[in-house]
Amino acid sequence: MSFINYSSREINCKIVYYGPGLCGKTTNLQFIYTKTNPDLKGKMISLATETERTLFFDFLPLALGQIRGFKTRFHLYTVPGQVFYDASRKLILKGVDGVVFVADSQIERMEANLESMDNLKINLREQGYELEKIPFVVQYNKRDLPNAAPLDEMRRLLNPLGVPDFEASATTGEGVFETLKAAAKGVLTDLKKLGR
Amino acid sequence: MFDTQLVMYDEDYRRILGIIQRLVRDANAKGVFVVDKNGQLIAEAGEVRGIDTTSLASLTAGSIAATGGLAKIIGEEDFPVHFHQGERDNLHITLVAKRVILVVVFDDRSSLGLVRLRVKKAGAEMAKVFDEIRKKAESAPPGGAGSGSPFAEITDDDIDNLFSD
Repeated sequence: MSFINYSSREINCKIVYYGPGLCGKTTNLQFIYTKTNPDLKGKMISLATETERTLFFDFLPLALGQIRGFKTRFHLYTVPGQVFYDASRKLILKGVDGVVFVADSQIERMEANLESMDNLKINLREQGYELEKIPFVVQYNKRDLPNAAPLDEMRRLLNPLGVPDFEASATTGEGVFETLKAAAKGVLTDLKKLGR
Repeated sequence: MFDTQLVMYDEDYRRILGIIQRLVRDANAKGVFVVDKNGQLIAEAGEVRGIDTTSLASLTAGSIAATGGLAKIIGEEDFPVHFHQGERDNLHITLVAKRVILVVVFDDRSSLGLVRLRVKKAGAEMAKVFDEIRKKAESAPPGGAGSGSPFAEITDDDIDNLFSD
């Protein structure tokens, strides 16, 4: 849930990066962190295991600028992708304003992508959200790898709703900011609708 | 947790700030923070310089969420009070009215007993304020932002301008 503070004239929104294990959610946030002006970002927090797998979440606060005199802040979270961390994923989805689904383009990860997408729908529903109704963006990550599945096929399987989607390579940063912008735009557009 | 968007007006904010400023004094605390369950900082008081408050808010919410999950596993609804003891500084974390988290940072100028006592009173006052905020949000038109929300007037250009780097 976004938090509008009229006293400090701030608006805070939460975007969650979801997807199967090792699809590149943390890498997305790391790229955003390294490429953002230090004045606009806070510290990035990663609660990870010793082998750098996300244990609970990564967190990156970003200030995007002002809209109508209100400072716009986005809190970006990733979930742990590994199947057995489902309880943690549910907790992180609480209060979400927008979701980015990071898909792993490698053909052998297609089943993991589908499983994670189903898991997202189930977990959102448990929190009282419908994927169809919240700002949602899909990213096809690792497009640079030779074993990447055809884009059309991925679209058909992972984006039947036709939400904004992007090809990306999070390690080089390709598509990372485009994805973030689309998600942030979705959240703000939603806010505009609610304000009416 | 707020089921609707949390909208805080100046008067609510000042009441909350008044409560936590008093709590800092009464409990001899170093600092007090109010965080919503989604990890956003609502208010702060006391010696907060040098503390990364945004991270504190997000991690506190994560911790409350995780222990809340643990509570349910063993059949409890929640663990509403948490105490973390450090070498110098300690953290006392309380869930207020199941919606917001009250975090008190204190050192040996205070004691756990005193903090606990003062937090109880401050928590009850704060619960009242948040109850009123909730009622206000419920009586507002759908969306919770209320009439005259600045966001109703946002244009696509406003949104695009945020990204014009």
